[in-house]
Amino acid sequence: MDGQAGPSGAVSSQSSSSAKGKGDRKVAVTAERVSKIFGSGADEVRAVDDVSVAIRQNEFFTLLGPSGCGKTTLLRLVAGFEHPTRGRILLDEQDISSLPPYKRPVNTVFQSYALFPHLTVAGNISFGLEMLGRPKAEIERTVDEMLKLVRMSELKNRRTSQISGGQQQRVALARALAPRPKVLLLDEPLSALDLKLRKEMQIELKRLQHETGITFVFVTHDQEEALTMSDRVAVMSKGKVLQIGSPRDIYDRPAERFVANFIGDTNFLEGSLESSANGQASIRLQQYGAVIKAALPEGKVPSGRVSVVVRPEHAALVADPTKGTMRGRLENIVYFGTDTHYHLRLVDGHEFIIRQQNRRGAIEGLATGAEAGIVIPDDAAQVLRD
Amino acid sequence: MALAQDVAESVVPAEIGESQAERVAREADARDVRNRWWLSAPAIVIISAASIGPLLIVVLYSFLAPGDYGNVKWQFSTDAWYNVILQRDIFDDSLQWADAHLSIFWRSAKLSLWTTFLTLVFGVPTAYFIATRPEKTRNLWLFLITIPFWSNLLIRTIAVMELLRAEGAINNLLVGLDVVDQPIQLMFTDFAIAFGMVYVFLPLMVLPVYASIEKMDFRLVEAGYDLYANRWQVFWRVTLPIIKPGIIAGSILVFIPSLGAYVTPRVLGGGKNLMIGNLIELQFGQGRNWPLGAALSFTLMVIVLLALMYYVRIAGGQQSRQGHA
Repeated sequence: MDGQAGPSGAVSSQSSSSAKGKGDRKVAVTAERVSKIFGSGADEVRAVDDVSVAIRQNEFFTLLGPSGCGKTTLLRLVAGFEHPTRGRILLDEQDISSLPPYKRPVNTVFQSYALFPHLTVAGNISFGLEMLGRPKAEIERTVDEMLKLVRMSELKNRRTSQISGGQQQRVALARALAPRPKVLLLDEPLSALDLKLRKEMQIELKRLQHETGITFVFVTHDQEEALTMSDRVAVMSKGKVLQIGSPRDIYDRPAERFVANFIGDTNFLEGSLESSANGQASIRLQQYGAVIKAALPEGKVPSGRVSVVVRPEHAALVADPTKGTMRGRLENIVYFGTDTHYHLRLVDGHEFIIRQQNRRGAIEGLATGAEAGIVIPDDAAQVLRD
Repeated sequence: MALAQDVAESVVPAEIGESQAERVAREADARDVRNRWWLSAPAIVIISAASIGPLLIVVLYSFLAPGDYGNVKWQFSTDAWYNVILQRDIFDDSLQWADAHLSIFWRSAKLSLWTTFLTLVFGVPTAYFIATRPEKTRNLWLFLITIPFWSNLLIRTIAVMELLRAEGAINNLLVGLDVVDQPIQLMFTDFAIAFGMVYVFLPLMVLPVYASIEKMDFRLVEAGYDLYANRWQVFWRVTLPIIKPGIIAGSILVFIPSLGAYVTPRVLGGGKNLMIGNLIELQFGQGRNWPLGAALSFTLMVIVLLALMYYVRIAGGQQSRQGHA
């Protein structure tokens, strides 16, 4: 199994280096250079491509990416519904790659909930415990506990077709939590809910994770969901993990163009690296006649031509074009209530967006067509790896 | 488990969340249906002419006396009903159990139950196999299953005879492989009848079971595995309850025609292993006792009805629960 030549070593170094900070908790789930290939020959699809991830105990870990990026396949590999083509899956440092799902102390909350239609709410929740052969009294106690935990006690004997989508969601959670799995896998569990219910369930999920102390692995394509709920996020694209880090890391310090693009709005600037030291670099933006400070990504230090990202809310706008780091022509001002988006056109025709909070007595006298200054503070820019 | 209370729950009206508009629409629909009852008139005519009419004639004939050369005498008599299970002794006129009839009833029930059981044993895995094939090959398998329907039942039964007779394929194989010294008697046994009926009725089991497996959500099977159920447990605790409606339908479709089977026991059972169907035929032919034939027919219907009610009661307990799942 080991020693397979894989195309990417950067990812594994990424995951190990991100293990710093926040106290080194024990690792719950490890994916070691896992690949999952469907089909063969010309039809071959690399759903998961040489991925290494270490998920810590009691962590809310999110796999984030667009549909088809391999996040669900990775989850199914941990659940045991799929077996890796290459690499190993470890649970508490034991290799579980070849175990069938029913021998893994891991439970799943399915996207469609997959509640058993022939059983009641209580029957669904007790199913796993019955299969584990727990004594009857214990099963009853746990079912009641779980019902209380997800606030569904009064619907205990309902059929699953008689309860609402949000309630089904809670039953699915209770059913998966009842056997007290070491890891709970959640496959886009909130995608079928409407916005209001989704917000409620987000808070509910955090509460459940806190109260049960179980490791949650959460799959979503919703970047906001990932940022608000997770302890750490792994951003995936085309079967690979591009970056792993805290939501703040991922948002403020995107290491790759895809990550920066996928999460939030971003301004991309092209420049050349002048000097670097201690993870900080000076970037010359030739076409705008400016030099800015920017943070370097972890791992390999780039050189020569580099791309830099600046989040719209990290830059500031000044009315006097000479007071800014660089300048642009105001093309559009969009008022959003809490903040305002300023769309500027740079000298080389690129667009630059600045988002500013609407404080009382904020910038006045700015009108479309006017030249304005763009201020890029020293800690605002991030150099991309690619 | 908590089945009894589930069933009780299921009668709770489902329209709790129904809005005013939905209710108005539903009532309008109901009114439409009432106003168009005459659209169903052709069906009602056919049902009354072709089903209820003959049924009444059967009941009427069963209370008449047999004619001398077949047909009936218009004379009220309950003899036919006695003769269904009783017979008068030739010498002293005392009433006795009609052993011949009872053994035929017993054989019919036994063979029908065996047929139903065996079609289940062979049909459910077959249906499961077909339903889990890729969509393209699925239709091919279904096609193969339905091919026998295209040829005449009698021809198919005679083909089975070719397999079973003393110089038939099975015996030749057994003798050729030295499993037995001489051909074993397969024809004209209860085994031959059951074999023929399983063969003939198997598609009637496979098709409804296939239909229910095909529309089953296989994520439920995954959910079962995820919750520590092994293959066997998933089959018993998840798959089987969910495909139960198909199994019930298949069992009914196989059991009823088995009980009244005529051609198969006639050809494969020879003259001696009769089933109810053959006994009834006998009364209208050689026996020249139409009232007894009518009474036997009606008895068969009652048996089927009781068997069905009992079966649906024990097996179909949760059918209504899956209604709007």
